[in-house]
Amino acid sequence: MGVVKLELKGISKAFGTFYANQDIDLVVEPGQIHCLLGENGAGKSTLMNVLYGLYEPTAGQILVDDKLVNFRGPGDAMAAGIGMVHQHFMLVPVFTVAENVALGAEPTSFGGVLSIDETRKKIRDISQKYGFHVDPDALVEDLPVGVQQRVEIIKALVREAKVLILDEPTAVLTPQETDELLDIMRQLKAGGTSIVFISHKLREVKAVSDVITVIRRGRVVGDAPPTALASELASMMVGRPVSLTLDKATAQPKETTFVVKDLTVRAPNGTNVVDGISFDIAQGEILAVAGVQGNGQTELTEAILGIQPHVTGSVTLDGKQLLGLPVKDVLRSGVGFVPEDRTVDGLVGPFSVAENLVLDLYDQAPFTSGISMKPSKVAENAEAKIQEFDIRTPSAGAAAGTLSGGNQQKVVMARELSRPLRLFIASQPTRGVDVGSIEFLHKRIVAERDVGTPVMIISTELDEVIELADRIAVLYKGKLVGIVPAGTPRDTLGLMMAGVGPEGGSHDE
Amino acid sequence: MSATSTAPMAGATALPGLRPSLKVPVSLGVLALIALIFFGLMGPDQTAEMKISDPGDAFAVPALMIPGQVGGIVLAILLLAMAGYSIFLWTRGERSPKWLPIAFAVVFVFALLVWIVAGARQPSISLAGLVAGSVTLAVPLVFGSLSGVLCERVGVVNIAIEGQLLGGAFTAALVATVTGSPYVGLIAAAAAGAVVSMVLAVFSIKYLVNQIIVGVVLNVLVSGLTGFLFGTVMVPNKEQFNTPGRLDILPIPFLSDIPIIGPILFEQSIAGYLMYVAVAVVWFGLFKTRWGLRVRAVGEHPQAADTLGINVNATRFWNVTLGGAIAGIGGAVFTLVTIDSFTKEISGGRGFIALAALIFGRWNPIGAFLASLLFGFAYNLQSILGIIGTPVPSQFMAMLPYLVTIFAVAGLVGRSRPPAASGIPYVKG
Repeated sequence: MGVVKLELKGISKAFGTFYANQDIDLVVEPGQIHCLLGENGAGKSTLMNVLYGLYEPTAGQILVDDKLVNFRGPGDAMAAGIGMVHQHFMLVPVFTVAENVALGAEPTSFGGVLSIDETRKKIRDISQKYGFHVDPDALVEDLPVGVQQRVEIIKALVREAKVLILDEPTAVLTPQETDELLDIMRQLKAGGTSIVFISHKLREVKAVSDVITVIRRGRVVGDAPPTALASELASMMVGRPVSLTLDKATAQPKETTFVVKDLTVRAPNGTNVVDGISFDIAQGEILAVAGVQGNGQTELTEAILGIQPHVTGSVTLDGKQLLGLPVKDVLRSGVGFVPEDRTVDGLVGPFSVAENLVLDLYDQAPFTSGISMKPSKVAENAEAKIQEFDIRTPSAGAAAGTLSGGNQQKVVMARELSRPLRLFIASQPTRGVDVGSIEFLHKRIVAERDVGTPVMIISTELDEVIELADRIAVLYKGKLVGIVPAGTPRDTLGLMMAGVGPEGGSHDE
Repeated sequence: MSATSTAPMAGATALPGLRPSLKVPVSLGVLALIALIFFGLMGPDQTAEMKISDPGDAFAVPALMIPGQVGGIVLAILLLAMAGYSIFLWTRGERSPKWLPIAFAVVFVFALLVWIVAGARQPSISLAGLVAGSVTLAVPLVFGSLSGVLCERVGVVNIAIEGQLLGGAFTAALVATVTGSPYVGLIAAAAAGAVVSMVLAVFSIKYLVNQIIVGVVLNVLVSGLTGFLFGTVMVPNKEQFNTPGRLDILPIPFLSDIPIIGPILFEQSIAGYLMYVAVAVVWFGLFKTRWGLRVRAVGEHPQAADTLGINVNATRFWNVTLGGAIAGIGGAVFTLVTIDSFTKEISGGRGFIALAALIFGRWNPIGAFLASLLFGFAYNLQSILGIIGTPVPSQFMAMLPYLVTIFAVAGLVGRSRPPAASGIPYVKG
């Protein structure tokens, strides 16, 4: 197997006047795991799409084995030995594994008739070599994400990729699956494949990389060895010193005021996406709900808020039944809610920051009297919140959609925390938020706990769960695997996220 | 409160209402009762004669003689039994098997046929003629729905089937008359259908115009254009421009004399034979070849196809064009097989029925073919029953194909899954 050296020289990529990449130099040595570390939106994926021929660079050169190449499409990149596993898998859900692997490089006999058997054999060979356990005839939509990812890797290996680009490959995996993936990466490296590993998760990066290149705002900040301290890497990513650990006092739980009993949500297809869940939260306590994405978290929060139809069970706050109430009444009962996707449910992008800050209270005093709104009060409120939450915006009148992810999230958080709350629910409070803002948002959540509000956090990031939780509930396939105290080992939590209960025993049906 | 209250993990009760839906048992039951009351108890006294073989066939089969009222009652009891079985399964929490509604539909249609024929002035029909006529009427529908399959499988919604059929019909008549050869007309019709499709392709793929809107506009455009040319060119000079002649019927010796299937399979014009070939080739192509794998990938997940070096928009463009050509051939059937001249709006909404057939057939060429046959049967039943003189008003008979379409698509098709990217333009990046 030949090895390939990959070199990017002065790559820039502009979208309109915005430079996603500017003057980037990068050398990937043969047989190394080279990590690209940077925050969401730093330009890592754009760079890799340029390398893979999906985007044409505005300026710069790509060299493979010191020879200048010009990729006009992914086909050219694949021919040069570059394979890519995209963050959002590029698999056709209704095709079998073999059909997906064959697509684009189909073995055919006379007249273009598919000989899918050849692909099947190749998949079995690769599967055997790396211990993938992938059935070539399974439908991709029936496979768990971890296996789908292996299908993507097989796709690249069948095309004899010498350099494999993995774009945020761990975002959708459980901690165990992540560890397996890191092992696979080491095996591939031992077999002579170089890997470009894109991530913003420091732990994984330090565990597996040979070289780390940090990217910030489209530019290379510098290289670092994997032995560098996590805090140093974080500072390089953000551009200023950050603290990675949260100072938080032990919880002082008081009265239990929020009780969920036998909550079940039925999806349109008849399955229970939330299945008989019961838990409670005390005042002054944070319950963090952990689990891999898509295990019922969204439906759980929506059921509490009253957005989901077909809900049974009971949800009581201060002894009052919330199920069946209109969303408005649920919110008026003192529920603060940060939705998981701020751009869809949390903000009205084209509205100004000031307007977004009163989306829930616009029809009440002091913002409204009679039928007219009072813009001066809205503006006053905006100035105060911008100050308090350190929202970086050109002005209170700027459209909320133009702010960075972290600042948008601060707008949502500021709005939801500005009322006196009886319950605070935050779904994915720091998804797509820069490391600096994470620190701030976490502090605010803990502060809300400390004034005696029951707090429920839903997060797919295990680090965040461990950081914030006083107790941890783990969801798997809509069921509660168990509720464990903070300080439960990572491994136990990881197993629970895969459906194995804290005392052993599987919840898989 | 304790720090580790563990939630109940097992024993989540299933929600009520998760039993299989009552839709199938109830609708079968209602239909069976209707059959019992109208076809059975209030059934006609005459005996219906159903001829199976034609006088000139290789061997004769005696005709079916079914007494109207008794036959109606027997068939209705059979229907009631099937509905009962479905209800019985429901009480046990099981779904009705897939064959049950289909078998029910077949028996119901047969009972309907007996009822109508026995009540007619002249209580006799030829089953062979009924089936053969159904196939003949289905030919344009099959071509139209194949066009739809090719377009939707690659991710472009083709509402313009009607326009492609009409364009093909007009061009076939014109070119066949001018050149004196219906075969040249057939080829020209394919070209005309392809041109209509290319307009759809360019606007929806390159300029990202809403595909439904382009399709509707194309239908109106082709209808107006052919109507105008028909009035200004064809009507004043019928001899020169609108006497295309017919495609010859090419019977295959001996085989064409087999009762019922002979005329369907072995006594067709070139267009009829082409239909069978097209269904087989499109099916094989879509599911067994490299071309088909790529086409389906582009229609399901264009971005995935793109990252594997497949040119999404080129694949779409040529597939849509090919689809148009096939629909064009279907259009030629109107003017070169069914009758031998063009008239205004000759396709008469068949393009939309073809669209329904492709959905009913679940985006599968063979499914679309079978669905088209069903609609062809409905069209043919309507005209044959008109001839033998039934008591049912002709306006109701004219509704038959459309009623069948609505019931088929809304009721029987259930939850079917179109190609995921159908109707969504692909923009890189």
